[in-house]
Amino acid sequence: MIQILEKYSNACGVSGHEDEIRSRIEESVRDHVESLSRDFMGNLYAFKPCGRQNAPHLLLVAHMDEIGLMINGVESNGMLRFVPVGGVDSRLLVSKRVILGKDRVPGVIGAKPIHLQSRDEWKSPIPLSALYIDIGASDDKEAAAKVPPGTTGTFHTRFETQEDVVFGKAFDDRAGCALITELLMTEEDEAYPVDITAVFTVQEEVGLRGASVLAERVRPDFTIAFEGTTAGDVPRDDYASPSTEMRKGPAISFMDRSAIGAPRLINHFKATADKKKIPFQMKKTVSGGTDIGVIHTKGGIPSMVISVPVRYIHAPRGILAVEDYKNTFRLAKAALMNFKEVL
Amino acid sequence: MKTEDMLKALTEAPGISGAEDDVAHLLRNYFARLADEASIDKFQNVIGVKKGRTSGGKLMMAAHIDQIGFIVKTFDKGGFIRLAAVGGHDPRVLPGQSVVIYGQEQVRGIIGTTPPHLQKPGDTAKVTSLDDLYVDTGLEEEALKRKVRIGDPILFDNVCTRLQGGLYAAAAMDNRAGVLVLLETLKILEKMTHDWDIYMVGTVQEEVGTRGAAMTAYKISPDVGIAIDVTFGDFPGIPERDTAKLGKGGAVAVGPNFHPALTEKLMQVAEEWEVPFQKEFNPRPGGTDAVSMQIAAKGIPMVQVSIPLRYMHTTVETLDLKDIKRSARLLALFSAHIEQAHREVVG
Repeated sequence: MIQILEKYSNACGVSGHEDEIRSRIEESVRDHVESLSRDFMGNLYAFKPCGRQNAPHLLLVAHMDEIGLMINGVESNGMLRFVPVGGVDSRLLVSKRVILGKDRVPGVIGAKPIHLQSRDEWKSPIPLSALYIDIGASDDKEAAAKVPPGTTGTFHTRFETQEDVVFGKAFDDRAGCALITELLMTEEDEAYPVDITAVFTVQEEVGLRGASVLAERVRPDFTIAFEGTTAGDVPRDDYASPSTEMRKGPAISFMDRSAIGAPRLINHFKATADKKKIPFQMKKTVSGGTDIGVIHTKGGIPSMVISVPVRYIHAPRGILAVEDYKNTFRLAKAALMNFKEVL
Repeated sequence: MKTEDMLKALTEAPGISGAEDDVAHLLRNYFARLADEASIDKFQNVIGVKKGRTSGGKLMMAAHIDQIGFIVKTFDKGGFIRLAAVGGHDPRVLPGQSVVIYGQEQVRGIIGTTPPHLQKPGDTAKVTSLDDLYVDTGLEEEALKRKVRIGDPILFDNVCTRLQGGLYAAAAMDNRAGVLVLLETLKILEKMTHDWDIYMVGTVQEEVGTRGAAMTAYKISPDVGIAIDVTFGDFPGIPERDTAKLGKGGAVAVGPNFHPALTEKLMQVAEEWEVPFQKEFNPRPGGTDAVSMQIAAKGIPMVQVSIPLRYMHTTVETLDLKDIKRSARLLALFSAHIEQAHREVVG
């Protein structure tokens, strides 16, 4: 069941350039839904009706895009200048391998050797203005021919498994995309009692842009967003209340900066978890926002977010516990199967 | 044995200072195919000998095989690893790096970071020091401790990547680039005659104080020594005079650590045979195996050739393969002339 997550994690899709990941998702869900469509922004819609009259209509949403960088200039020596796309801590860019554009042109972000630094230089972070991407081009012409300004790129990271955890990039939110994909892949004899529209959105990382247009198109009765969210169970000076913890099950958000989770949905998920003996946790921080922030206000749509805890999101490589991923799937599937309890 | 393949194999073989076994064995196997004798000493220095026509003297070429890294210092509650540095690291290079711990088995890890969502205002203006960094393997504490012990080496996860125009990026190019020069020189020498015996030495523990070079130079006591290492490649923000340009040939070192007349001879050979080279200026001895070789045993006249390398001591050290091939050609030609050069200027 981890294969889909692997396929999605390894795909590229920086905000505004989600073509590759969208193609991967289309391949995976096509045979399991009645219809697939796109809007002009690039959001991908998958419709899976249950065939019953007056069934409630559920929107399942996850964003396809990932943070990354965009080339915005070329130096005469062939070095590329760039700006971050989405929430990127530029301290994480130093000494990393990246891949750029459709052709995945490899590049590296280097730094001045420690040997040539002045005594206190290493005490301040390297500013973005001192970082370059080196693709090995000898001048600006060669560089721009290979990687024209406007090209986006992401970390060059391979998905890997180590015992009960996996390593990879963009689990925020390829974990959500993969979970919705798995939920759509049901057998004929276990149909959900609801009509489902799954939407894989664009441009979440640059301000929930894709999700802003979809509520009016889908007009759902309820929305459930699937996320890969911050796990804070790591050594920190101010270690008090980790956001979420690995191996403690799916995290349910009661609130973040963009929305308050609908109590009737949250209670349904909690009750389902208790009944099925599936572990879960409440997310303990309220920072950040998700796509439901711009969905739930469109006429008033009860919405909630369920997340897989991921250590080191928005970094070159994150860690996720396979059991958390599987438990998120189990809980969501059970909650959808007995959804009539919500009504 | 294609040059590109050897570069990949050499850079990806682990060899932290003090535990160079894997890369040492790889190098010995290469030497066994290209030289007359190949051996490893008790410190993991690797020695390949190519016999000369007269064996009238000994030339030693040294390139260090060790690389910078970390060792497991302690475990934190929850199964996190604290690090001690081996060699010189810029702490700003470390956050978010993938690493491999060489314990009972290889264990993958990440040098942990705090995502923007959980940072406090002002955090992005700070550098996290090595003491506050940790490695996260994702494993639970008990499972981790079954595989990893205090003192185990940790290296950056290394993938040698080909860039445009024959450039390659990897960790440990410092100094597997130099090691590759030894091998490429041997390849060329197969088709050349030389009088002296040539000792090709992969030295250990350079990054912690050029110790392998000191041991082997003492033992071999060569008549002439050549250190082969890397030097700072061109990079925006560093004055051009402090760097060597990638693709313009190896850099011949000038300074008190090097025998001036022999260095002059080396440059004459380059000019005569039209091998492109550059110069680097080292005002004081230090930084490479040459520093200990010059004063080993009764003293050894030294020259040095360095491969221009961008982003030294990062995980993306970048070089041009042309510079390795040209340096090897220069050193093979110099080896063929070494007896005459030595007679004329050292005596």
